[in-house]
Amino acid sequence: MSATHVQDGVMATQAALRARGRRRRWFAEVSWKYLLAVVVIVYAAFPLVYVLSASLASSGTLTGSTQLFRSVTSANYQALDSTRFWEWAGNSLQVAVVTAAGSVLMGAAAAYAFSRFRFQGRRGGLTTLLIIQMFPQMLAFVAIFLLLLSLGAVIPSLGLNSKLALICVYLGGALGSNTLLMYGFFNSVPRELDEAAKIDGASHAQIYWTIILRLVTPILAVVGLLSFIATFGEFILARVILTSESNWTLAVGMYAWVSDQLNANWGLFAAGAVIAALPVLVLFLVLQKYIVGGLTAGSVKG
Amino acid sequence: MTTEQSLTAAVVGDEPPPTRRSRQSHARAWDGLGFGFLAKLALMALVNALGVAAGWSAYVNGAWVLLGVMVGLLVVADWVYFSRRPVPLKYLFPGLAFLAAFQLFTIGYTGYVALTNYGTGHNVTQAQAVDALLSQNEKKVPDSPTYPLTIVEQDGELGFAIVQDGAAAVGTADQPLAAAPDATVADGVVTAVPGWQVVPKNQVLSDPALADEVLALRVPISDTAEDGSIRTGDATIGSVYRSVLVYDEAADTLTDAETGVVYRATDDGQFVAEDGTALPVGWRVFVGFENFTKAFTDDTYAGPLLKIALWTFVFAFASVVVSFFFGLVLALVYNDPRVRGRRVLRTLFILPYAFPAFLSALLWRGMLNANPDYGIVNQLFFFGARIEWLDDPTLAKVSVILVNLWLSYPYWFLVCTGALQSLPGDVQEAARIDGAGRWRTFQSITMPLLLVSTAPLLIASFAFNFNNFTLIYMLTGGGPRFTDTSATLGHTDILISMVYQISGVAGGRADYGLASALSIIIFVIIGVISALMFRRTRQLEEVN
Repeated sequence: MSATHVQDGVMATQAALRARGRRRRWFAEVSWKYLLAVVVIVYAAFPLVYVLSASLASSGTLTGSTQLFRSVTSANYQALDSTRFWEWAGNSLQVAVVTAAGSVLMGAAAAYAFSRFRFQGRRGGLTTLLIIQMFPQMLAFVAIFLLLLSLGAVIPSLGLNSKLALICVYLGGALGSNTLLMYGFFNSVPRELDEAAKIDGASHAQIYWTIILRLVTPILAVVGLLSFIATFGEFILARVILTSESNWTLAVGMYAWVSDQLNANWGLFAAGAVIAALPVLVLFLVLQKYIVGGLTAGSVKG
Repeated sequence: MTTEQSLTAAVVGDEPPPTRRSRQSHARAWDGLGFGFLAKLALMALVNALGVAAGWSAYVNGAWVLLGVMVGLLVVADWVYFSRRPVPLKYLFPGLAFLAAFQLFTIGYTGYVALTNYGTGHNVTQAQAVDALLSQNEKKVPDSPTYPLTIVEQDGELGFAIVQDGAAAVGTADQPLAAAPDATVADGVVTAVPGWQVVPKNQVLSDPALADEVLALRVPISDTAEDGSIRTGDATIGSVYRSVLVYDEAADTLTDAETGVVYRATDDGQFVAEDGTALPVGWRVFVGFENFTKAFTDDTYAGPLLKIALWTFVFAFASVVVSFFFGLVLALVYNDPRVRGRRVLRTLFILPYAFPAFLSALLWRGMLNANPDYGIVNQLFFFGARIEWLDDPTLAKVSVILVNLWLSYPYWFLVCTGALQSLPGDVQEAARIDGAGRWRTFQSITMPLLLVSTAPLLIASFAFNFNNFTLIYMLTGGGPRFTDTSATLGHTDILISMVYQISGVAGGRADYGLASALSIIIFVIIGVISALMFRRTRQLEEVN
């Protein structure tokens, strides 16, 4: 009995030692990770905190923005009303939403064709898309500019300075960038489902619209969102194609503010940036999980 | 072919199984008021209407190539959607049409423009250039007849209404004079033209801007530039102006009738006199590989081109390596179950990634301002020192890479975290049992496995940064400027922003030919990188 007592005592000391060891190990191996996390978070979030502070500063200039949250007013946000900001935001939204919807529709249709039909040139088509994917469309912006220049002489709504023309140009790049991503996902939908529907007399269109599209909704959302974000931030083509100020997108307009009068327009820029970034930020953080899946499958942020 | 595949082929194939009676295709059959068929009919009606309208417009404007393309597209579209055979094409056609027009064609067109001298001074065809030169060099015909003239206006465009032999004629700068039989003529002067507004003479005299516009207005007499035009010096009398240049089509020369100087058409697309003076309007000609030679030998471009090409590689490589490394370290450190609140940490870490990139670049441009009164980075972290983050050649390069690190490390953090979590645990366990230390395991097991899955993304990211125009243009605008060349290029310009500067699409002197030639060079570089990528990955094998 006394022996077991002794044994218990030894075990207790050992447990205490182990616990102390574990704590020491925790200090050595884990605690610094929290410290590092603080540093990283400061690095990541500082510019965002700064832009928020600058947007609330009363002076509205770059000079007045170097002290964080010295004053808090909504003057800069109100000042946006007297600029073209909301017009640009509307343009950006229009262009990005239509492009995203078009990209999803065309990409999904193409992915369906490649995934469900066996036809001549299928392999070649997929390989070509893979190659085209490598060449960003904006590299050919000079040719796009010249094409729209001559197209506009005949069909003005497809010429320079037309949002429709910009959307068409973006849609031209849609197949190359989205089809392969969707193709992989379409392949993961069991073919037996189509076959069952086919036997029940469904046409290929019915299978596509009522069965397949419902099953691939997650990838449609990802592609739509990525396409929206990419179009929203696209600069060079929008800059080249949209010539008049009332047609500009946010990227073009806000660049003009900053490049023109960096100091004087800083408050406006900061307020505009907060408003423009907020929807994207929220969408991104809420749908993080899906986007990460899409990103690792091959697209890069644009 | 496996049984499964042959079964599929039998079911999916175009021919219906022999046991079923063959029936009409959905493409044409009217088996009741199907919503799908009606929707397709409506859509195709719209497409045809738009196509016909565009084709008509092309026909009216004499754009034959465009007309051919429109008709071709329309015929193919109707065939695809109203015939039962090309089922896959029904799904591919819209995407393919856009892809062909706005990506494949433009790539080919870039190649074509690269071989021409298209740009400022060489914008048009030779015929258009001759017309422009003729009308630019007009002088009043010495004993010209004069016509009583009235200024008229239609939709903001000015025009002249003149009385010629008692009959009225109206024209603008774009529309040659045409008879206007229903115009009212009183006292030999036009007083009203239906559809036009008469601009009173007093208004012209009292408004200097309008007067300048009237004095500069040139209304062609006919479609041929040789016939000359009507102009006015006092807004009441019009006289005939004719070009002092005479075009000789057979000899392809322009002769100045006053001085007798003969300008010959050259292979460069200009009219040049014996003494070397050239007329200002040239035309597009095929110049072969001249643009490419120019890019590498011309004093203005050759020096910057080499520096910029080198910097483009350094920038793209450094951006990828630095941000990958930082992202990887973060992923390794926080892929640790003992750290609590990892989800919250992850969300905070990827904040920069969720902020639109163009806004970030502009934001950093303000934050890195050299003047500590303006730039918060100097003010807050460098005790008000004046550090020229964006104005010193070397520091600007460092800044660009550091800002790109801020922008893109979250991507690599996410990618590496995902890759680490999907690594097979048994291999690592085996290594541990074999007595490998933590560093050894990382070096020989984790890292190689991680690289296998991230290599394609690394190369894609390199290609992306190679053309990261938005970041460069928004952050530094390519500056600080090179001091040893007249071209508007700078130390942080990358190839694509150099193309942008040279192309002149944003204003300034345009050289589409040279810009396209540089684009082609970028295409080739990207092509080589992609080829490397294909060899490194098995992506191609997935395609079957």
